[in-house]
Amino acid sequence: MYAPALVGAAFVLLPLVAILAKVDWAHFGSLITSEDSRTAFWLSLKTSTASTMLCLLFGVPMALVLARRDFPGLSVLRSLVLLPLVLPPVVGGLALLYTFGRKGLLGGAMDVIGVQVAFSTIAVVMAQTFVAMPFLVVTLEGALRTSGQRYEVVAASLGAGPTTVFRRITVPLVLPGLVSGAVLAFARSLGEFGATITFAGSLQGRTRTLPLEIYLQRETDPDAAVALAVVLVIVAVLVIGFARPGRGAM
Amino acid sequence: MISRRLCALGTALLVCVGLLSACGDDSDGSGGSGDKTLTVYAAASLTKTFTDIGKEFESQHDGVEVEFSFGGSSDLVAQIQQGAPADVFASADEANMQKLTGDVPQADDPVDFASNTLEIATPPGDPAGIKSFADLGKDGVNVVVCAPEVPCGAAAVKAEAATGVTINPVSEEQSVTDVLAKVSSGEADAGLVYVTDVKGAGDSVEGVTFPESSTIVNTYPIVALKDSKNSDLAQDFIDLVTSDTGRSILEEAGFAKP
Repeated sequence: MYAPALVGAAFVLLPLVAILAKVDWAHFGSLITSEDSRTAFWLSLKTSTASTMLCLLFGVPMALVLARRDFPGLSVLRSLVLLPLVLPPVVGGLALLYTFGRKGLLGGAMDVIGVQVAFSTIAVVMAQTFVAMPFLVVTLEGALRTSGQRYEVVAASLGAGPTTVFRRITVPLVLPGLVSGAVLAFARSLGEFGATITFAGSLQGRTRTLPLEIYLQRETDPDAAVALAVVLVIVAVLVIGFARPGRGAM
Repeated sequence: MISRRLCALGTALLVCVGLLSACGDDSDGSGGSGDKTLTVYAAASLTKTFTDIGKEFESQHDGVEVEFSFGGSSDLVAQIQQGAPADVFASADEANMQKLTGDVPQADDPVDFASNTLEIATPPGDPAGIKSFADLGKDGVNVVVCAPEVPCGAAAVKAEAATGVTINPVSEEQSVTDVLAKVSSGEADAGLVYVTDVKGAGDSVEGVTFPESSTIVNTYPIVALKDSKNSDLAQDFIDLVTSDTGRSILEEAGFAKP
């Protein structure tokens, strides 16, 4: 049993070692602090933070409905909501394009109110939210189901209103799950590539996030691409440290 | 909940298997199994023409199967340098061929076999009224180009210099096919692509030519690779590409002589 486990671990770890070995450490500092890199890094940080906020705003109520309510079609609804987890991101990007693009389902209506998401930072945030939301919903729904409803029922029977119950009982109980869900959603947003390049395009400072910058740099400056990739690896390691199983409900 | 996710995964897998088997049927119909395989790495813009030339090659060489790997030229160069088993490499520009042949000389010197120039592509009906290159510099026109790091973007920069028009693109895409997709979907008002892309896209885009394009020519070189185990066949393939038959296939797609 240990042998396959070892092979599996090596398969995951070896590529990380290989990319670290490939880094031009002498120029690492200058490579990751070039103007292009910094612009892409800040854009990634800003958009990922925004999309994590949106995931919280819409994902928490969704997780509550999925965990606490029971109605016909609930399981189908859950599958559909979680679809972006298994969907290739580029397909998500196409779907967003045909919904919010200029010629999309809602494109005409959005034109009327003067909103144009195509090629804007908003499009990046939308793409990230689309792919990251299920991570938050799954994690939080799991936490909600594990924590159960006993304390909520007791609090309500003692006269606490629904808002008080949610604020004083539900949230503190599932807080670890909520945090790891949010961190996972943030990490997924940070790594988003396929939906972004399909839906938002790629322009420095506006839509070219770190993964897109890495993909482009690879054309002319592989050293810079590798250095930036290592930055993302470091961020990913930090994120996993935050959201590792045991702290949350996953 | 987990069973639910497994179920979704299973459905997705079934769909995938269905698609794959459909593809398999398709390729089975195109040619018999050969006892020799010639592997050709070619730029993505050559997909249609080289597939046709490959069929012609198979009909001339009994028992030989031509396999293609189409992609961005710089990706293909990187793969070949990492030891990918290719016999022939056709690049969309000289810079990428230089990357390959500069350090390590190949079997023979590369031969130029085609050339391509830029053209403006607009969605059908040309909603933004693009009539000239100068219109691309106007405010409020959503123009998409390739990033300067890739060949079509380098050509776009040259076109700006030649015309004296500054474009403020809404997006700098990774490849010319990405530019074309943004235009044909109507997301962008105009894009700078190759003549062959406009021709290949059929009715989904309209082309606007500009006189300065003739000064910015992308030349396509092809080379037999030194690690090829089928060097005779590789040379035969290059001969076919540069023959009258190959030329006419390329010209039909909009490529010009080198």
